[in-house]
Amino acid sequence: MAENKGVLVLCETKEGKLASISTELLGGGRKLASDLGEELAAVLVGSGVAGLAQEAIAYGADKVYVVDDPILKDYQTDSYLPVMEKVVGQAMPQVLIMGQTSIGRDLAPRLAFRLKTAAVLGCLELAIDPQSKKLLQTKPVYGGNAQAVFTTDSFPQIATVRPKAMTPLEPDQSRKGEVVKIEAGLDPSAIRAKVLEKVPEEVTGIKLEDAEVVVGGGRGIGNTEGFEQLEALAKLLKGAVGATRPPCDNGWMPTGAQIGLTGKIIAPELYIAVALSGSSQHMSGCSGSKTIVAINKDPEANIFREARFGVVGDWKKVVPALTEKLKELLAK
Amino acid sequence: MNMVVCIKQVIDPEAPPASFKIDPSGNKVMPPAGVSPVVDPYAEYAVEAALKVKDAIGGKITALSLGSNQLRDIVKKPLAMGADELILLEDEAFDGGDSWSTAYALAMAIKKIGDYDIIFCGREASDWNAGQVGSGIAEILGLPSVTLAEKIDITDGKAKVQRSTDEGYEVVEVSLPCLITASNEIGEPRYPTIKGIMGAKKKEPVVWKLADIGVDATQAGAQGRHSQLLKLFQPAREGKCEIIEGETPEEAAVSLAVKLREVKVL
Repeated sequence: MAENKGVLVLCETKEGKLASISTELLGGGRKLASDLGEELAAVLVGSGVAGLAQEAIAYGADKVYVVDDPILKDYQTDSYLPVMEKVVGQAMPQVLIMGQTSIGRDLAPRLAFRLKTAAVLGCLELAIDPQSKKLLQTKPVYGGNAQAVFTTDSFPQIATVRPKAMTPLEPDQSRKGEVVKIEAGLDPSAIRAKVLEKVPEEVTGIKLEDAEVVVGGGRGIGNTEGFEQLEALAKLLKGAVGATRPPCDNGWMPTGAQIGLTGKIIAPELYIAVALSGSSQHMSGCSGSKTIVAINKDPEANIFREARFGVVGDWKKVVPALTEKLKELLAK
Repeated sequence: MNMVVCIKQVIDPEAPPASFKIDPSGNKVMPPAGVSPVVDPYAEYAVEAALKVKDAIGGKITALSLGSNQLRDIVKKPLAMGADELILLEDEAFDGGDSWSTAYALAMAIKKIGDYDIIFCGREASDWNAGQVGSGIAEILGLPSVTLAEKIDITDGKAKVQRSTDEGYEVVEVSLPCLITASNEIGEPRYPTIKGIMGAKKKEPVVWKLADIGVDATQAGAQGRHSQLLKLFQPAREGKCEIIEGETPEEAAVSLAVKLREVKVL
């Protein structure tokens, strides 16, 4: 049996380009491949994706496997699974990385069970053990109360990585790499779960995951009107508004605004956390923020242990005054 | 419509964070003193998903729970919510398992149940947040699967599932039998009714041991793992917060604004 070598990254595409999660994974994968002294390969699966092979190379891949077929336009478990089984059989990687996305979360475990290996989902960090050369997979467990490090003895070692956990390389268009085409060879009748329709979420303004400034509110905001005040601050800072779970459960904010283990993952330059305690569940969605500012009337709130700056006080008094002053300062 | 819902008993994830302690062995979490375990909240969404199907078209729901030392009052909750049967896979041999050994045992138990149209699981469990058991069961049983379900409609012997995606949602049509994992968008799990609680009290769960489902000890629990846990730890908090003071909250807010400009965060 051939030896499993190197790192393979499953690349996702978005609007005709590599998705940001995929350039992040190529950046992280490059480092793992260097630590192993082996190759970094990428795999592009989809319809009309062949043209992106050079982009994957520019972001760090040495080799790109391309499976381009109209039947692969939408992600469907029953089509991507056999395709990835085939690609892994040919590429024989030691490590296979996917994004912790609606694709990776569905595909990684199913592929791991098919290949009789193991996957670890939602990793924050991946590293190569200097002695064993095995992949070490670190992920939050118990709702973010703890972290666990896993490894596996079987190959490929499969991991999904959370968005914003890794950093893309500066793309280098002069990099050269090999492109390998693989036929999908799928029988359409084998697809038992078919995508009939895709409905994008309606977002007004800046998307939470893309915003450089995020203002987040917790249970203490109290109602929809309260969130409108946060909206005013976010608008001034060209940012977006998010929330912990209770405001979403109570319908003050849409489900899509939830930040946390069960919601969105953000890593903005500035996160202003208002009237929220900073539960592990919430923090695991925003701990990648560069600077956290906490506004809370409870000086014992956990959020002050996570924040760089804090104001202890009633948000109803702090937020309007902060908004006013910033308006003045930013106008200068 | 015959449905099987996989549930489990877990440490209450809503217990105060300060009560969260890792066992000195460094590979498991100590149950907090005085806090009762609960049915995994993600699994409750799976129960709710099955109950919604039962409400719409009728059917029978069997709840299936794997573990050791399962407290009857806790794991009977799906019965109180409206499930019809409860099967416990209860054996110490299941201890220390991972997604592999757990999915394998559940799949073998479901095979023994035999007559099923839909298997429901939570999208993950609140303890290890692995998110793999549902897909694993589907793969072992050779079934189609739809993960992260927000809404399920059964028509003409097929399930139309609204599946949560990063961009919004998609509608997936799947043939039966199939496996579905439920996301929290499925809707708040219903409270047990008094009648439900009384009914659940009278119902005794069926208990199956390892041998009852034809699982070899080498494939169960810690022995059947495909992944190794090397370390379990609580990340250190930095705790270097600079508290901006002021005579009034408004003054503190003004100083905060000035500070954020000063340090060029804004």
